[in-house]
Amino acid sequence: MASTNGTGTHGAVLADKAPEKEGPIVELRSAGKSYGNIRALHGVDLKVFPSQVTCVLGDNGAGKSTLIKIISGLHQHTEGEFLVDDAPVRFSTPREALDKGIATVYQDLAVVPLMPVWRNFFLGSEMTKGPWPLRRLDIEQMKKTADEELRNMGIILDDLEQPIGTLSGGQRQCVAIARAVYFGARVLILDEPTAALGVKQSGVVLKYIAAARDRGLGVIFITHNPHHAYMVGDHFSVLRLGTMELNASRDEVSLEELTNHMAGGTELAALKHELAQVRGVDVEELPEEEDLTAPVATSGEGKS
Amino acid sequence: MSMTQQAEPAVTTPPAPGPGKAKDGRTTERPLALRLLARPEVGVFLGAVAVLVFFLITAPPVRDGSSMANILYQSSTIGIMALPVALLMIGGEFDLSAGVAVITSALTASMISYQLTMNVWVGVIVALIVSLAVGLFNGWMLVKTGLPSFLVTLGTFLILQGVNLAVTKLITGNVATDDISDMDGFDQAKALFASTFEVGGVNVKITVVWWLVFAAIATWVLLRTKYGNWIFAVGGNQQSARAVGVPVTFTKISLFMLVGFGAWFVGMHQLFSFNTVQSGEGVGQELIYIAAAVIGGCLLTGGAGSAIGPVFGAFMFGMVQQGIVYAGWNPDWFKAFLGVMLLGAVLINLYVQRTATRR
Ligand SMILES: Nc1ncnc2c1ncn2[C@@H]1O[C@H](COP(=O)(O)OP(=O)(O)OP(=O)(O)O)[C@@H](O)[C@H]1O
Ligand SMILES: [Mg+2]
Repeated sequence: MASTNGTGTHGAVLADKAPEKEGPIVELRSAGKSYGNIRALHGVDLKVFPSQVTCVLGDNGAGKSTLIKIISGLHQHTEGEFLVDDAPVRFSTPREALDKGIATVYQDLAVVPLMPVWRNFFLGSEMTKGPWPLRRLDIEQMKKTADEELRNMGIILDDLEQPIGTLSGGQRQCVAIARAVYFGARVLILDEPTAALGVKQSGVVLKYIAAARDRGLGVIFITHNPHHAYMVGDHFSVLRLGTMELNASRDEVSLEELTNHMAGGTELAALKHELAQVRGVDVEELPEEEDLTAPVATSGEGKS
Repeated sequence: MSMTQQAEPAVTTPPAPGPGKAKDGRTTERPLALRLLARPEVGVFLGAVAVLVFFLITAPPVRDGSSMANILYQSSTIGIMALPVALLMIGGEFDLSAGVAVITSALTASMISYQLTMNVWVGVIVALIVSLAVGLFNGWMLVKTGLPSFLVTLGTFLILQGVNLAVTKLITGNVATDDISDMDGFDQAKALFASTFEVGGVNVKITVVWWLVFAAIATWVLLRTKYGNWIFAVGGNQQSARAVGVPVTFTKISLFMLVGFGAWFVGMHQLFSFNTVQSGEGVGQELIYIAAAVIGGCLLTGGAGSAIGPVFGAFMFGMVQQGIVYAGWNPDWFKAFLGVMLLGAVLINLYVQRTATRR
């Protein structure tokens, strides 16, 4: 499934090198989006292949969320083309995207605060049993599944009946991630999933991304953390003011170059200094060779 | 670091499952009584019991079985409408046209049957279609324009109020419709919508039965079906609900149509109990329905509530309305009672919501 081990001889901005046999699941061709007179996104090309993690990076307000909202069906693009399985589409609701196996963790998480955790987990895709007039929720099964999925993420809740609004920000984020991972059949989109998470849960999320990729899913991973991106990414797209500034696969760009692109050249010096500090704290999480091949190496902190 | 092999997955196995059946352990179980009291429908149940006991003591005639049947009947005419209004409120919307829509439905059935001298069932079916269409219009306007339901249904309320009066005068030359009690099918329809049966020497109206049946169905739908889940979701956070694939448009429109169905049912009850319909009635009733739902623990802003709460809410209304009469007091006090109950219920609601979302 390793897809980008080819020869990195192309220019800095180029199309993906996909596994030749499979085309992209999702593709944007010079797509754009305007909110009234605000042009949030313009001329963006993006391809999501199965078994690949595409990282989207960029400043605040660069248009990352806008980009994935087009793919997840929350907004429609106003220019360019959006293709799923090589057929042009225009989702009018997120339901249509979900039906195509595209699941999303939104930046604002998309949970209903007053509803219990397990109802939030299955909202919109409820499990049911029984014939039609008496078709009802399979509550037992849903609670059991939700509990299992959350435990797999290292989140243990005393009571799945508690309103999700009573959970901590990070716990809520974990529920949203576990839900998307559970329902994402072909494409998994994560909009800053590690923003509110602790070290342990961030590690779990990265493992999830890797595991989803290994299952053959295409993953779109939005983050502000180049380390996180570089640990799991196969392809990197950097947005700046609504346009694509960098579109490169892993072997064409180093962590430093990536950070450089995200920060903008002039800010590099200051950032390098910061980076050194970050490294000092987070050495474990940097992608050393052993970490990349030995799955248990990083899960040391995983058991509490 | 090496650049060539890094597309290899960081992890080749899915994350290991967490520890077994361990609990977080920081949550202590609150006493059952406390947990129950925190539920709004339990609060309103206790309120209803308190009101009942109060009138049992102060108004001796209430202790009579037939008075109780009368109180239940009064409650049921409010309660049948309070149910769909409550579901709509949980779904995050109001319907100010619910009161006059009842009369619109009754007028439609009455005039269609009488003017065309047809079987009353024709009128009943046409009235059902009209009522559902009014709900459809409300819901569709709301979804398409994104205006608050307060505005949309205020418009419908005014339109229906005017149409009720004008069309009735135009067709019958009177403010009320003609008596339809001698028309074909009247007895059948009356048996369904407005009959009376005897239980242990007490005459009970059939609407009491319908009320409780509808409440049971609504409770089941709300707590045990997908649709119920969607109602809570669109009321609690519409954007989130849409983002995870809940059919928000369908849910909202169907809720308005459900209110239309309720208006039709109550309208038919009024028509077949009184044989004629006064075209100017119904104004103000919509607030009574909304108040019964709020007293019943439905969150005015949507996202929380029950179907059983509004049953007790409606019972409190019926109890107070009749109890004042049985106690021999001035009925003018009714509205004052209502206001006090409403404010009390809202304060309890507020408290519950604060505790549910405390940080
Ligand atoms: N609903 C909206 N209406 C109008 N403008 C919007 C809307 N949503 C986003 N924008 C604008 O589009 C631009 C891109 O926003 P977007 O949310 O995509 O940024 P982002 O890259 O996700 O930023 P962040 O890193 O802060 O999440 C911003 O300038 C924002 O003001
Ligand atoms: Mg964003």
